[in-house]
Amino acid sequence: MIELIGLTKQFGDFTAVERVTLSVAPGEILALLGPNGAGKTTTVRMLAAILRPTMGRAFVAGYCVTKHPREVRRRVGLLTEHPGLYLRMRGGEYLDFFGRLMGLSADERKCRARELLDSFGMPEAWDRRMGTYSKGMRQKMALVRAMLHDPPVLLLDEPTSAMDPHSAKLVRDAVLGLRHHQRAIVICTHNLAEAETLADRIAIIRRGRIITLGTPAELKTHLLGPPLMELRLTHPTDGVVKLVSDLVQIEGQGKTWLRYHTSNPQETNPLLLQTLAAHRVEVVTLSEVPRSLEDVYLRVVEE
Amino acid sequence: MAAIPGRTCAATDDSLRLTLALVEREIRDTLRDWRIVAPIVILTLFFPVLMSFVANMALGWVAKYGAPIIGERMLPFLLMIVGFFPISFSLVVALETFVGEKERRSLEPLLATPLTDTQLYLGKTLAALIPPLLAAYMGVVVYVVGLYFIEAWTPPPILLLLVLLLTTAEGLVMVSGAVVVSSQTTSVRAANLLASFIIIPMALLVQVEAVIMFWANYSVLWWIILFLLVVDIVLVRMGIHIFNREELLGREVDELNFASLWRMFCRYLRWERWFFGLDLQKMPACLRWLGTVGGLYGRDIPAVLRQSWPALTVVVIALILSAYIGCSFAARYPLPPEILQLEQVSAETFAELPAVDWLPAFTIWGVLGNNVRSLLAAALLAVFSFGTLAIALLMAPLAIVFFFVAQVARLGYNPALFFSAFVLPHGLLELPAATIATALAVRLGAAFMSPPRGMTVGEGWLWALADLLKVFIALVLPLLALAAVIEVHVTPSIVVWAFGG
Repeated sequence: MIELIGLTKQFGDFTAVERVTLSVAPGEILALLGPNGAGKTTTVRMLAAILRPTMGRAFVAGYCVTKHPREVRRRVGLLTEHPGLYLRMRGGEYLDFFGRLMGLSADERKCRARELLDSFGMPEAWDRRMGTYSKGMRQKMALVRAMLHDPPVLLLDEPTSAMDPHSAKLVRDAVLGLRHHQRAIVICTHNLAEAETLADRIAIIRRGRIITLGTPAELKTHLLGPPLMELRLTHPTDGVVKLVSDLVQIEGQGKTWLRYHTSNPQETNPLLLQTLAAHRVEVVTLSEVPRSLEDVYLRVVEE
Repeated sequence: MAAIPGRTCAATDDSLRLTLALVEREIRDTLRDWRIVAPIVILTLFFPVLMSFVANMALGWVAKYGAPIIGERMLPFLLMIVGFFPISFSLVVALETFVGEKERRSLEPLLATPLTDTQLYLGKTLAALIPPLLAAYMGVVVYVVGLYFIEAWTPPPILLLLVLLLTTAEGLVMVSGAVVVSSQTTSVRAANLLASFIIIPMALLVQVEAVIMFWANYSVLWWIILFLLVVDIVLVRMGIHIFNREELLGREVDELNFASLWRMFCRYLRWERWFFGLDLQKMPACLRWLGTVGGLYGRDIPAVLRQSWPALTVVVIALILSAYIGCSFAARYPLPPEILQLEQVSAETFAELPAVDWLPAFTIWGVLGNNVRSLLAAALLAVFSFGTLAIALLMAPLAIVFFFVAQVARLGYNPALFFSAFVLPHGLLELPAATIATALAVRLGAAFMSPPRGMTVGEGWLWALADLLKVFIALVLPLLALAAVIEVHVTPSIVVWAFGG
């Protein structure tokens, strides 16, 4: 649905995006993670056929962004970094205007807009001037605008910023719902938890380049090493280290706990527990140490 | 979030529908702002009524002093003014049309719709133009109706038509100019400052129109309307051509980076080395300069000339036109035979030429310096006139030449011999050189109006400047120098041989 091949964007001497190659399949959500100025928004603008790539190619819903920009724009729903609403307009008028530009009939515009406003819990927004909306409402209205023409591709720049937790959850659920409808979705976000929850794959971008790309689990394994296990015992670990050192590489230990990495916990952990049981060592817990995406992100960005 | 069954994304390519949707939204938005509506209403209703009363009082007052003509002339003048005032508001609306949206961050969603650049540009332009223009028409109607009831005066239909056309053309000039400014700036403040380039000429034009109204020579207004329409066409074309959604969105700060500009200019100035397909690396070091010269004359300059063919065509057509103008002027203003007695031309005639004050010294340096100055002045004027003044500067001398050719023919001399003796020897080199230099100057001026595809206005202009500089130094200057040598040392001998006694 989305394919980028060596996509590059230069502004004069400055390279904002450099040889980005990736693809997003229908029903897939890709999160673009990166610090400010990394090139996320520029990438999204090129995919929305607003900016023209300097080099490389990009195809959205089968159309080349440089050769068929209008066809691309018809098939893309773009949530911009700032809601960018016309504050003197009423919600209904606003959606009607964008629906007209997107080629929807009057009935479709009304039906679709009402449906989306209801689903985001703000039916009253139809008659209210947008200048009276809260920040969260404005963001939701911008999202409704992006989804109005039911595009096969959604490009969402910070979709839940400025939203309260309830609204953010509504939006996340809506995005997950779109995945079930085989939409290809690209999300630019700084919210790592959101990226981990929503995204099938994550691309970390820095200085215009994709540094790493994969599922959240793949990224953690690739960048933070194999899963880290923690064994907690009822008694001090004296002597236990010796028992298990043939099975695993100990990474750290405390008075009653020790940690080790294993690339194959399904095999290693039962074996380790059998060994401990054979030597009558009482185990309280054996669990994986949670590793956040934040660790991955910081590791990549700081490198 | 269920999809609407049966809905397809493909929309009909209805350009007008999309443009009108934009116009409708923009006008609604404008009319919701009381700060814009209030002055328009005042200028539409209150001001024309006031002007009707003022005109009535002025008529009575000047009649007391036996100068009713002043009052009579004031009525058409005020007719023009009540039309002009409301359209001045179009400038305010148009100036913020793109840059204002950019500042309010509402532009990007609009750019992400299937609207084309032309639809966006036209939609915004029409939306800025229509309300003030309707207000202006309404103001004229209120003024005319008011005067009819107060003074029983009705304007001649042709004057009314002229004022309405003038108002429309002025409105379009201001709006199209302001939209160009708005699409090329990064802040409303900068756009307002740049608006001086529209306000000052328009203010001067209104003063000229005021003089015409008091002079009551209304036919001159047709020429002003024609001039404004040409400016309208140029500005609208320029606006559509240089409108670039990428520039609009990508440029956050207008920062002049001279180092970057210089690097770009140098890049445009360079050319590939070439010498009849030979491997330059295998050539002896002392002969490698041939690659530089071969590349310039064999590849680069021909390529520049090929790229400049539209400008060259325009210049050649202008030269043909100037020949026609020269000949037609000769028919209208015949010279007395005693002025042109070619059989009296002698070597001394040319020797005495330096004594004529307004002619350059008849030396190689004098002739060359004069030609170079003229062509550089043409390039400079081209920058400020979209290339038109450069053409005019070349047309003038050629028209004079053909004026004399036609006069010579009228007096019974052989015009072909006259042209061959007086012009052709050096003209064979000078005329192509001047044509090429003028065409490149036209390109330089036109770069503002229509930069090459894929280039910004600045890039297109630097490219045109690099081409002009390169061709001027490498081709035009040597041709002019050679022509100057011929003009000073060869042409006089041929003239004396052909005509002299």
